Amino acid sequence: MHPKRKQRLTIAVLVVVLSSAAVGLVSYALRGNINLFYPPADIVAGKAPVDRAIRVGGMVVEGSILRSEQDLTTVFEVTDYAGTVTVSYTGILPDLFAEGEGVVASGMLLPDGSFRATEVLAKHDENYMPPEVAEALQGAQSADSPYRQGEGD
Amino acid sequence: MWAFIHKFGSPPWFFRFASTAVRWLLPVVIGALVFGAVWGLLYAPPDFRQGNSYRIIFIHVPSAVVALAGYYVMASAGLVSLVWKIKMADTAMRAVAPVGAALTFVALVTGAIWGKPTWGAWWVWDARITSMLILFFLYLGVIALFEAYDNKAAAAKACAVLSLVGTVNIPIIYKSVDWWYSLHQPASIKFTGETAIDASMLYPLLVMIAAFYGLFALLVLVNMRTELLATYRQSAWLRSELG
Repeated sequence: MHPKRKQRLTIAVLVVVLSSAAVGLVSYALRGNINLFYPPADIVAGKAPVDRAIRVGGMVVEGSILRSEQDLTTVFEVTDYAGTVTVSYTGILPDLFAEGEGVVASGMLLPDGSFRATEVLAKHDENYMPPEVAEALQGAQSADSPYRQGEGD
Repeated sequence: MWAFIHKFGSPPWFFRFASTAVRWLLPVVIGALVFGAVWGLLYAPPDFRQGNSYRIIFIHVPSAVVALAGYYVMASAGLVSLVWKIKMADTAMRAVAPVGAALTFVALVTGAIWGKPTWGAWWVWDARITSMLILFFLYLGVIALFEAYDNKAAAAKACAVLSLVGTVNIPIIYKSVDWWYSLHQPASIKFTGETAIDASMLYPLLVMIAAFYGLFALLVLVNMRTELLATYRQSAWLRSELG
């Protein structure tokens, strides 16, 4: 290769490597701010700030949804299986909000450790399948569980 | 091998190549797009949770995938232009930018349209969406930088450096959903391990991704051909080429 071209190639590769390193270091330093939400475990551990708006994300605990009879207030628990936070929200929930599904709530952490949400978003997972397949999977699971219970008896 | 690569640097040869390729690609791409869209939108089953709104995946994912791949095409052309000073590489870089910008824009808009019924928000500043917006601005930046210079060689040099620096964003976009907590779901199509999307939806999606790659190649070739027509309109070879 012509020495001049070799030099230009070296400079071009250096530009890419150094800018990648710079961006990598910056995003590593700011990783806490790039995360969209805090997992419940961090909130339980007291790593999340109390006095400003944050988001919490995780799974809605099965059987934890309580709906108020007077207004649109809903109380539910969000977990990442390492910690659980109680979230209360007044307003219309997204269609995909359900027990056992992902959720991201933004709002404030109250001094008592519960979370007062001003917005609740459903976090969809990466699984896509037709309804029949989902039913078949569900059927297989519920057919499994009584069998396992029967074994225990 | 080298002789073949050298041909790509020759404007008359490339003009002939692009004209032939466009003629063949056009019907294939239109056919694949229609086939994939009809399969995905009419015959693929609805999703068990999202119902029919998931069908935007057949536009959203292909345009996002090709927008990312297209950036590497632009940056590679930038590298060739910077190191070997080949004019056809400048032409290629300039031709990719608007196509990539359009694909990124389509991915952002279809994502917003899907996000409203699924998440409950048009826009969230999570890592995937924000880095995709940066990709859009990088494409626009390359377009603007080309127009900002009167001297074409200087413009190509500046654009090549910008597109090379911007390559750092591509792995960030791709891995953003794994590295950080984001609202956007992780990838459904995995290179290793089990794919999280049912085969009845995966196959039309793969057809659409292939069709979008074809569409990208077609649009870039058309852009490059147009640029050659504009640059060499006074040349004898172009006049004889057009008869």
